[in-house]
Amino acid sequence: MKLLIAGATSAIAHETARYFAADGAELFLVGRDPEKLAAIQHDLQVRGAKRVVSYALDLNELERHEAMISEAYEALGGLDAVLIAHGTLPDQARVQHNRAETLQEFQTNALSYISLLTILAERFEQQRRGCIAVISSVAGDRGRGSNYVYGAAKGAVSLFASGLRARLSKAGVAVVTIKPGFVDTPMTAHLKKNPLYASPARVGRRIYVAMLKGEDVVYVPWFWRYIMGIIRLIPERLFKRLPL
Amino acid sequence: MIINGHGRTYQSWGRYPKVKRQNVVRIHWRGDSLDLAHINGSVLPRGLGRSYGDSCLNEDGTLLDTTPLNRFIAFDESAGLLRCEAGVTLAEILRLIVPRGWFLPTTPGTKFVTVGGAIANDVHGKNHHRAGTFGRHVTRFELLRSNGERLICSPDENADLFRATIGGLGLTGLILWAEFRVQRVAGPFIAKEQIRFSCIDEFFEISADSDERYEHTMAWVDCLATGRNLGRGLFMRGNYTRPKPIPRQTTEPRSLFTMPIQLPAFVLNLMTVRAFNSLYYHSQLPKRTFRTVPYDPFFYPLDAIHEWHRLYGAPGFLQYQFVVPYAQDRTAIKAILTEISRSGVVSFLAVLKVFGDVPSPGMLSFPRPGVTLALDFPFRGQRTLALLDRLDQIVQAHGGVVNPAKDARMSAASFQAFYPQWREFAQYIDPKFSSSFWRRVTQASHE
Repeated sequence: MKLLIAGATSAIAHETARYFAADGAELFLVGRDPEKLAAIQHDLQVRGAKRVVSYALDLNELERHEAMISEAYEALGGLDAVLIAHGTLPDQARVQHNRAETLQEFQTNALSYISLLTILAERFEQQRRGCIAVISSVAGDRGRGSNYVYGAAKGAVSLFASGLRARLSKAGVAVVTIKPGFVDTPMTAHLKKNPLYASPARVGRRIYVAMLKGEDVVYVPWFWRYIMGIIRLIPERLFKRLPL
Repeated sequence: MIINGHGRTYQSWGRYPKVKRQNVVRIHWRGDSLDLAHINGSVLPRGLGRSYGDSCLNEDGTLLDTTPLNRFIAFDESAGLLRCEAGVTLAEILRLIVPRGWFLPTTPGTKFVTVGGAIANDVHGKNHHRAGTFGRHVTRFELLRSNGERLICSPDENADLFRATIGGLGLTGLILWAEFRVQRVAGPFIAKEQIRFSCIDEFFEISADSDERYEHTMAWVDCLATGRNLGRGLFMRGNYTRPKPIPRQTTEPRSLFTMPIQLPAFVLNLMTVRAFNSLYYHSQLPKRTFRTVPYDPFFYPLDAIHEWHRLYGAPGFLQYQFVVPYAQDRTAIKAILTEISRSGVVSFLAVLKVFGDVPSPGMLSFPRPGVTLALDFPFRGQRTLALLDRLDQIVQAHGGVVNPAKDARMSAASFQAFYPQWREFAQYIDPKFSSSFWRRVTQASHE
């Protein structure tokens, strides 16, 4: 298995990568911080990855995506799967009053995904096999007053992936949309925890399985499918008054 | 304020004493510039919190949760050296190394501890008579001090701090990563022999006969038996093996069961424990049995029940472990067993083992040549505490010491008598680091 991971230093991506590493996969890791990338690279090597290549890049630099993906193909001699997992969780109360910050969050959490997916779609459509997984969020299922900047960006990712899945299914390529609920990671370190929080290890295991099977839309843990199903059914007239 | 990592408070494994106010800061990356000096109050590293007593608690202070530091760094199979971050668990290590023909140099009775915790408590296991403590096999580690210094410690470099940190109960700084030796083993199974012994003298005979030929030895003792039966129990010994044909299931089994609720405290009483002990002792009809078992149930029988400490109910329980020198061993063990059965306080689990003479590297390490007995007591207030104070006196009179890493109650005077080297050790404590345990056992001399 030859796998590209964008946002490889995220806790969820790392946990997923551990399962592929134990299978002897070849991995191309993309992340911002070279030191953290090295820590992940060594861990995956010890755990059995056949080869691990690190590539330091801020994925907000969209114009460098093309070169990065070419480099991944060259370094591994092809790609079987991609996991796009980078992201930031903005402080809604702050960014909602700031146009530049709101757009920046959209750049990180939506546009950079769309940029990567557009380039990868061409390659995977041609090779007619493989799997592209994106980490979206349950937050993208409905715009909530408390988190709509992040939610809208993730919603864009979910919709884009849905359309891409329809297009690439004809080429035999799987597009997997992962929708985690609350996960106990550095991204949520500042938030108060509740019993709905899942461990990154559990989420990583689920993503690994979903990628191997080429599933479509995966809620992690599973019960979020039902929670979000109910939340989507609430009429807007009522929903706008709810403290969500 | 209590910040919960997983929606749960951070208590000790024995759940006595209970802390009310404690902060938690998670350590995510070993390379981050970690500014410990600016945290309010004192700090204490914390792994999986399997310490029974208060050495893993820091009331009114901050715990540095190291569990996100769970990355391997290097595994040199030609030298048998593994390097990993401090929060990697022994369970994770076994999952990695066992399929490649390796095993831990020694292991405590649970695999759900971190490497940092194994070093800070200088843990020991059933092969102590051969391998010594875990700290014996540590070649180096990196220690972060609150002044921002990062020190590589080994027997050659910062050697004093190396000795102080092994068994140093987390007080000398934050271990970021460690390197230690692992051992090649014949296979991930244990050829296990179990022998019933009817009294303490018989235990010593079997033990003397076993240590030469067996890597692992230990015994379960029925500490409610009295008179003629005083010190009866089951002796277990074994060696690594690879059975032929190899059974299909060689990896660790999935946990069988999670203790779903806290049992009411009265469930474990004199009658039920006596019945259990008697049943367990008589469950083995022949004098000796031989079986080849996977490593997991041999080393970690209790890991099969997640959260087994809930058996003891809300009040929690205390673990009491001591070691007495060989010359004094029989009289001391008999005196203690007699004292316990006379007190009417129940001990559910009692484990007896003869330590070897491999020296422990740690300044404050507990294991030393002699005989050790570990006992679990459900916490029943003053009655339990008073009994343990009396046991301290018996241990002290026989030249023994009590294990501080498992302690939740010994007096400052007892601790300082057991570990006169504590003043020397105190020089190496990081001024920012402290624990509920350390304040308790040094209080008297600070005031």
